[in-house]
Amino acid sequence: MSPTLLAFIVKELRHILRDRQTLTILLLMPLVQVVLFGYALRSDVRDVRLAIVDPSPDYATIALRDRLVAARRFKIVSVSPSMTSVEPLFRQGKADVAIAFEPDFAGHLHGNGPAKLLLAIDASDPNTATTMQAYARAVITSYEAEVGAGLNQPIRIIPDTRMRFNPTLESVNLFVPGLIALVLTLVSALMTAISLSREKERGTLEILLVSPLRPWQIIVGKVLPYLGLAFANVLTALLAAWLIFHVPFRGSVLLLLSESLLYAMVSLALGVLVASLTTSQRVAMLAALLVTMLPSSLLSGMVFPIASMPVFLQWVSAIVPARWFIVIARGIMLKGVGLDYLWRETLVLLGMTVVLMGIAVRSFKPRLE
Amino acid sequence: MSGLAIEVVDLTRRFGGFTAVDNISFEVAAGEVFGFLGANGAGKTTAIKMLIGLLAPTSGKAHVAGLDVKTQMDQIRTRIGYMSQRFSLYEDLTVLENIQLYGGIYGLSDAQITERSKAMLASLGLADDFVGRLPLGWKQKLAFSVALLHEPAVVFLDEPTGGVDPLTRRQFWELIYAAAARGTTVFVTTHYMDEAEYCDRISIMVDGHIGAIGTPRELKEKWNVPTIDELFVRLARPA
Repeated sequence: MSPTLLAFIVKELRHILRDRQTLTILLLMPLVQVVLFGYALRSDVRDVRLAIVDPSPDYATIALRDRLVAARRFKIVSVSPSMTSVEPLFRQGKADVAIAFEPDFAGHLHGNGPAKLLLAIDASDPNTATTMQAYARAVITSYEAEVGAGLNQPIRIIPDTRMRFNPTLESVNLFVPGLIALVLTLVSALMTAISLSREKERGTLEILLVSPLRPWQIIVGKVLPYLGLAFANVLTALLAAWLIFHVPFRGSVLLLLSESLLYAMVSLALGVLVASLTTSQRVAMLAALLVTMLPSSLLSGMVFPIASMPVFLQWVSAIVPARWFIVIARGIMLKGVGLDYLWRETLVLLGMTVVLMGIAVRSFKPRLE
Repeated sequence: MSGLAIEVVDLTRRFGGFTAVDNISFEVAAGEVFGFLGANGAGKTTAIKMLIGLLAPTSGKAHVAGLDVKTQMDQIRTRIGYMSQRFSLYEDLTVLENIQLYGGIYGLSDAQITERSKAMLASLGLADDFVGRLPLGWKQKLAFSVALLHEPAVVFLDEPTGGVDPLTRRQFWELIYAAAARGTTVFVTTHYMDEAEYCDRISIMVDGHIGAIGTPRELKEKWNVPTIDELFVRLARPA
């Protein structure tokens, strides 16, 4: 590394280390976010609205229905003989869960075959959906055990669960990868945009541009220290998720860290771009929030599943870097898959980095005027 | 060309239909203190920006330290110093940290940086502290010294004494003379006409042209005015 660039990076590090308050906030943010999101999304679920589909009511289905209501978690909002009436209820948001018994449920329960029922759950909020599923299954299992004990022979009820609107729902752990994306976006894009536009506003950038420092060196010098900070943030978020919420980590930590750095590069490039297109710190900050933070949290699939968005927004989400990173992070953390499955998303991020960095470096100098 | 620090021939810069700098030509000798005057909007800043590589000329030629601004800007950058009208050191860094930054950017060795920063602190009578805590006058003197840190052939000062008290302005000009005595060419813009009288030669820009150029004495005799101040007003308002 050239001594020129090194001197510049040392200066950037000093800025960051000297501003203790900002640094503390940035370092603690992943921890706070993991804890807040973790608890906020683990809300206790009550008064679940239950639609019953019971083509041939018998004593067994009535008993199970009573159990569900007696557990106080559920209240029955509709009873009908066929599934067709359930669909409109889901669409209008009038039911959260539907339980459909197969015809002759009691007969199957005491005959040879297992008795089957279908558990359909509105999973547009994945976390609530998981909780509702657990409640329903608990009631069914306890009924199963009770009836089996009375008959002195084990009986089987097989609940077939369908998550509606979000069929690939993995677990409550979905939010952690999204959170990593959010923290990285914040630190990388927002902080670089602020720090670069500060130089612009104060006139120091002009001095730097007159000096032998090249524009790409200024950008690299701005970006490198924040990459380090982003790295620390990812580790904090992962540790907090693992220690506090026991979020599993199935894949390669090294791969996730590398992908995180790649994603941080994309965000940093966005930050540089925002700074070079805006004229003051304040505008840069607002612009960074608008073009990075909002899409990263709302259009990335972190909170709202992409599959349940209107088609137009699904297209828009394709240009949001966080969307691709979240797929990668979820794949590595929750499914334990490697690059052989995630190369496409990785390539997208790589391409975005190259394009954005290119535009950022190019737009950097002429925009001084 | 060896005796010329700056040589400008038919230099022009247009922004769309507006011509900010219109065909100007002038020379600055090595070691000279050259005052570059002009009303706000006369094209001073645009001209300076072309000389220090922040703007590309639309047409014409300019050489700085014997090098072409169109083709040899990279070499020029290491041989010029620049102090803008806005304070340009980092206030959250200490004096020494600022010196280390600029020394490093201009490729000085650690030994050179240590040596020169000691000398600088001693000659300015400064202790190492956060730059943000220094009074404005000190900041400006420090910024000037930092711009000279790599011993440039030419130093460009864009309104260096704006908002500074008269005593500090006087001290600042002593620093300028000291730099010129060491062989550095000083190219300075100012709005203080008494400062114009301190320069070896001056030029006055009017609407993108050079309205007058010469030593202060020559100009006063030629235009038959008692002060540069009066010449400036007469040129800026040709009525």
